[in-house]
Amino acid sequence: MTVADVLLLALGAVAVGSGALVVTSTHLVRSGLYLVVSLGAIAGLYLVLGAELVAWVQVLVYVGAVVVLLLFAVMLTRAPIGPSADLDRPTGPSALIGGGVGLGLAALFADAFRWIEYPSPDPGTAETVGKEIFGTWVLPFEVLSILLLAALVGAIVLSRPDIGARPAPPAEPAESEEAPA
Amino acid sequence: MHVTIPYVVGAALFGLGVYGVVRRRNAILVLMAVELMLNAVNLILVTADVSLRSALRGVPGEAWATPNAQPGSGGVFALFVIVLAAAEVGVGLAIVLQYYRMRKAVAIDEVRLDADAERVDG
Repeated sequence: MTVADVLLLALGAVAVGSGALVVTSTHLVRSGLYLVVSLGAIAGLYLVLGAELVAWVQVLVYVGAVVVLLLFAVMLTRAPIGPSADLDRPTGPSALIGGGVGLGLAALFADAFRWIEYPSPDPGTAETVGKEIFGTWVLPFEVLSILLLAALVGAIVLSRPDIGARPAPPAEPAESEEAPA
Repeated sequence: MHVTIPYVVGAALFGLGVYGVVRRRNAILVLMAVELMLNAVNLILVTADVSLRSALRGVPGEAWATPNAQPGSGGVFALFVIVLAAAEVGVGLAIVLQYYRMRKAVAIDEVRLDADAERVDG
C-alpha cells in the first residue's frame, strides 16, 4: 500500500458513498449536492491517476456547469424542498439490476487486473493532452464540435415554444397579440 | 499504484447509476444517475490509460494497439465524454422543462407514449 493507494481508496470511498446518496436521497436538492461531492472525489481520483487536465476540466464542466444546470432544473420544475415520498419506484428489481451490473463489472475488473503494482504515470499536462487531441484525434474533435453546436441549437429550439409552432387557433386572442412581436 | 481500486470504484459507480436510472421516477434524478454512469466510464478510461500504457511499454509497436506511441488517449476520450455529457444535459433538461411546461409534472413513468399529439399540446 503506497500513498497513491491510500488516496485512491479514500477518494473512491467518498465517490461511491456520495454516489449512493445521490441515488437514494429523498431530497431533490440534496441529491444534486451529493452529486457535487461525488464528482469532486472523482476529480481527485483523476489527479492521483495522473490526468491533471481531465481533473480540472471535470471540476469546471461538471461541478461548475452541469450540476448548476441540474439544480436550476430542480428549481424550475418547482420541486419540493423537503423530503418527498413519491420519487422512487419499488426498490427490489432496480437493486437487483444495479447490483448485478455493479458486482459483475467489479468482478470482471478484479479478475482482469489482479493485485498488480503499476508504475505511477507522468502527469498528463495540457501540453501532452493537446498534442494528443490535435495530433491523433483531430477528426473526432471536429465531429464533437459539430455535435455540440447541433445540441445547442436543439436545446434552444426545444425550449422556445414559439419556434416552429403551429399557428395559434383564432379562438385565443392572447396568443395572437403576442404573435406580431 | 494498484489499478484495481479505481477500476472497482468505477464499476461500483456504474452499478449505482444503473440502479438510479431504473429506480427513480423524477426525470431530473434520472439525469443525475446518468451523470454518475458517464463519470464511471470516464474513470475507467483514465485508469485504462494508466494500466494499459505501462503494460504496453515494452511491447514493440503494432499499429492497431498503439496508433502512435504517445500516452494520454484515455484522458482525451474522457474529455470527449465530458463534452458529450454537457450536451446531453443541455438537451435533456430542455426536454424536461418543456414537458413540465405542458404537464406540470416530471414523473417519467406517467409519460404517455401513445397519447395524441393534439392532446399533448393542449
